[in-house]
Amino acid sequence: MIENNDFAPENTIISSKNVDVFYGDKQALFDINLNVAENSVTALIGPSGCGKSTLLRCFNRMNDVIPICRVDGSITLGGQDIHAPNVDVVSLRQKVGMVFQKPNPFPKSIYDNIAYGPRIHGMTASKAELDEIVEESLKRAGLWNEVMDRLDKPGTGLSGGQQQRLCIARAIAVKPKVILMDEPCSALDPIATATVEELIDELRERFTIIIVTHSMQQAARVSMHTAFFHLGNLVEHGATSDIFTAPKDERTQNYITGRIG
Amino acid sequence: MQQCNLQTINITRNAVGRKTREMLVIALLLACSLVAVLTTAGIITSLAFEAFRFFQEVSLFDFLFGLEWSPQTALRSDQVGSSGSFGAIPLITGTLLISAIAMAVATPLGLLSAIYLAEYASNPARAIIKPLLELLAGIPTVVYGFFAALVIAPMLRNTGETFGFVISSESALAAGLTMGVMIIPLVSSLSDDVINAVPQTLRDASYGLGATQAETIKQVIFPAAIPGIAGSLLLATSRAIGETMIVVMAAGLAANLTANPFEAVTTVTVQIATLLTGDQEFDSAKTLSAFALGLLLFIITLCLNVVSLKIVDRYKEQYD
Ligand SMILES: Nc1ncnc2c1ncn2[C@@H]1O[C@H](COP(=O)(O)OP(=O)(O)OP(=O)(O)O)[C@@H](O)[C@H]1O
Ligand SMILES: [Mg+2]
Repeated sequence: MIENNDFAPENTIISSKNVDVFYGDKQALFDINLNVAENSVTALIGPSGCGKSTLLRCFNRMNDVIPICRVDGSITLGGQDIHAPNVDVVSLRQKVGMVFQKPNPFPKSIYDNIAYGPRIHGMTASKAELDEIVEESLKRAGLWNEVMDRLDKPGTGLSGGQQQRLCIARAIAVKPKVILMDEPCSALDPIATATVEELIDELRERFTIIIVTHSMQQAARVSMHTAFFHLGNLVEHGATSDIFTAPKDERTQNYITGRIG
Repeated sequence: MQQCNLQTINITRNAVGRKTREMLVIALLLACSLVAVLTTAGIITSLAFEAFRFFQEVSLFDFLFGLEWSPQTALRSDQVGSSGSFGAIPLITGTLLISAIAMAVATPLGLLSAIYLAEYASNPARAIIKPLLELLAGIPTVVYGFFAALVIAPMLRNTGETFGFVISSESALAAGLTMGVMIIPLVSSLSDDVINAVPQTLRDASYGLGATQAETIKQVIFPAAIPGIAGSLLLATSRAIGETMIVVMAAGLAANLTANPFEAVTTVTVQIATLLTGDQEFDSAKTLSAFALGLLLFIITLCLNVVSLKIVDRYKEQYD
């Protein structure tokens, strides 16, 4: 029954079973079965429009925001069905954070950008605690040294790469388990990209990262597992080295050698 | 090196007619836009010219800071006692009082309906409510005027009586409330645009962090939209200040210097309208004062418009 789920890492944190996604009448994803390993980086690759972002947005139920979008099948986070009636989407998104394609800092100070999540979730009892979270998150995102003396300046005044790291810091400030990243480097120059990739490598120890990327090199550099999608189907999923050196499916082979895309 | 044969590449102008036609089109377009510009220039010049004649008879200081407005000049020049008082302060305070009441109504109602429309309304609800609101903007102001005079004012007076207040039958409150309703659609449609201009990526960021819709509106969308909203409120204020029909019919003619909304007041626009309707000697101070008032009104609303458009523009740039 589960045909594309040959790959099952032993420490699965997110798992999708028979997931179909529809936008109105149009089906965007077909019977997706994917297990994501904890504390690892999983790359989702595939040609444009194959449903990578759609799947990513299923994991923190961001598709709920789109009225015409319908998700069937089951998705579990640490064994719990995320569509169960007793699940609070607010807490789900606290556990499964998201970093977007275009850096999108709030038009607020650097400090308030980071403090936004902890404040709405009431995570801190005192200003001192909040200060600590802000500092720790910025440090973890490798941005602290660059912004420590201008925390009250607007986050929108930073460079593109700094903004993206600010968004990552903002996401980790709410202490998520999983961070979803949708082409986080596509708006960045090569140097900023390298910095963000290094950061992803470090974050792997504490967080599970699922990253959508169009760059095969990036997938090869940062990820341990890679899933290849084509026309709404999960074609192949496995260790990144296997996917890139010994793809089993012809479509994967064609994509990574640049023949479809 | 091989020499290119230049004769084969023709870049000289061959069709003279095309160039001329181009010039003609430009001239036509320019002429059309000049009509509007020249008309505006003409209006301003005549305002300024007549106002200047007025200020030869009444000092600028008396006009701007005088506390009494009673332009009771003679109907014919041979009558005696032909001087009146031309202090514009009561008119300005009357205008501000009514505009303030109108904005106090239109700001919350307009803003909240804009937030509802932009963030909460489903597409079908939006499709019904938005045109209805715009319908409100399409009602002729004279209709609002008699609604204010014949419905709102008596209603206020009766309510006032039951609670022991004296509300005169023509009152700043009646005019202000009605005017407030009239500018709700202006505030809501401008604010709706501004709120929609807040990029979706900011909403995504907030929802992605686990914020609820109300939190997102309050802490992300609204703060991001504030400059634009401020701009649209200023624009609406300038509309309220320039509004005439409603105040003519509901606010009264008595130039009372008061901050009491239950009393009759008058506004700059009402005075202009009454000064220039009916038979008047065209060069009496009384008639000329209308031009001075017009100039004053023009300057006030121009400043408001310029400032508000600047704010709105700067705000739009921020997200381009
Ligand atoms: N909001 C939406 N409404 C309707 N259809 C949508 C919507 N979002 C995505 N789709 C459709 O779903 C399919 C998958 O889109 P998705 O954005 O997930 O692709 P993607 O793999 O992320 O592509 P890209 O690499 O270009 O980002 C596409 O055919 C797209 O047209
Ligand atoms: Mg995408």
